[in-house]
Amino acid sequence: MTPASLLDLGIGAVALALAAFAGAARSSFAAIVGFVALGLLLALAWLRLGAPDVALTEVAIGGGLTGLLLIGAERRLRARAMAEGAERVSARVRVAAAVLSAGVAAGLAAAVLSLPIPAPTLGPAALRELPRTGLDNPVTAALIAFRAVDTLAEKVVLLLALVGVWSLAPDREWGGRPGQRYPLDADGVLAFLVRLLVPVGVVFGGYILWVSAEAPGGAFQGGAILATMWLAARMAGLTDAPRLCASRVRWALAAGPLVFFAAGLAGPLVAGGFLAWPVGFEKPVIVTIEIPLMLSIAAVLGLLLAGPAQRDGAR
Amino acid sequence: MSGLLDLWTVVAVSGGAFFFLAGTVGLLRFPDVLTRLHALTKADNLGLGLVVLGLLPRAEGLQGAVKLLSVWLLVMLSGATVSQLIARVAGRESPPA
Repeated sequence: MTPASLLDLGIGAVALALAAFAGAARSSFAAIVGFVALGLLLALAWLRLGAPDVALTEVAIGGGLTGLLLIGAERRLRARAMAEGAERVSARVRVAAAVLSAGVAAGLAAAVLSLPIPAPTLGPAALRELPRTGLDNPVTAALIAFRAVDTLAEKVVLLLALVGVWSLAPDREWGGRPGQRYPLDADGVLAFLVRLLVPVGVVFGGYILWVSAEAPGGAFQGGAILATMWLAARMAGLTDAPRLCASRVRWALAAGPLVFFAAGLAGPLVAGGFLAWPVGFEKPVIVTIEIPLMLSIAAVLGLLLAGPAQRDGAR
Repeated sequence: MSGLLDLWTVVAVSGGAFFFLAGTVGLLRFPDVLTRLHALTKADNLGLGLVVLGLLPRAEGLQGAVKLLSVWLLVMLSGATVSQLIARVAGRESPPA
């Protein structure tokens, strides 16, 4: 047995153990910690499978942002449970959840195992056409050129998710500021860290987008980093969430999908099809779309984490 | 020359792995928050530092070396800050006698 396969076996075994821990943990906070650690481990597994783009997304979204969302939900639920008297989940609900999860897992496993070997692939065709996109990273080419329509729809789904979160606000708070206002300790360690970290993070987010033309990275990963920087600045009290009715907020959210749509609609005129990029200008068009797209993704993810409006509802 | 560099990588990365192991054992075995934090800093600063120093000779050019060093610096920066924050909460909940 080679060291590499030992490593793979180890990652798989620890991932299973962490999943079992997250499922069986007594406190929901411990379960969330297990879930976040599982996300980091899955990223290692994706790296071992040769999919660094997926690994980056798994770290940023699966581990980081989802973990933060869960921690926020747990704190809210715990506060309510304390107010209403602790309410325990009944054994029947737990068994039903376990059966449902096991069913989904079994279905996924059956689907994966039923694939023919070798699996059908468009990989060679995508690689053959790669030079025509002006990009060197086939994953980015698939996202923004070959299957741009999927990416566009995904951004619209993100916006819909945010609308869903916003709808949880009561009428009088609608359009107000989301989340709590964190106190600023101007000489504190957190403010110090954030002042140092945010410029680095902003440059890094831009770098992750820029490098995605030839290496793993992309608008989603870059946007997730920018959103995290905004969250850090908010938690240190250095900035506050804007009013959700502010027009700059709405434009920041819509700019990415709008530019994407506009470029797609220009396609039939200049390149012979919806979401077709003009020959010879593929790279500039893609960069022009991806920059506002990253900013909009950052805004959506940041505001998803901030939650529904709950303060100063007066508009 | 390359043999010496290989030896350096093996020694430093093994040292780093040792500190990670020691830090983990400390995290699991130590009795309270402050001593556990103390154990964690060994993994963060010394463990990761030795791994990075060990990998430096294998970095792809100056850019790769700078990337490795930045990872270490950023982890140290965030690790130190988070330790401070956790210790402050712990101190507030159970003031040291």
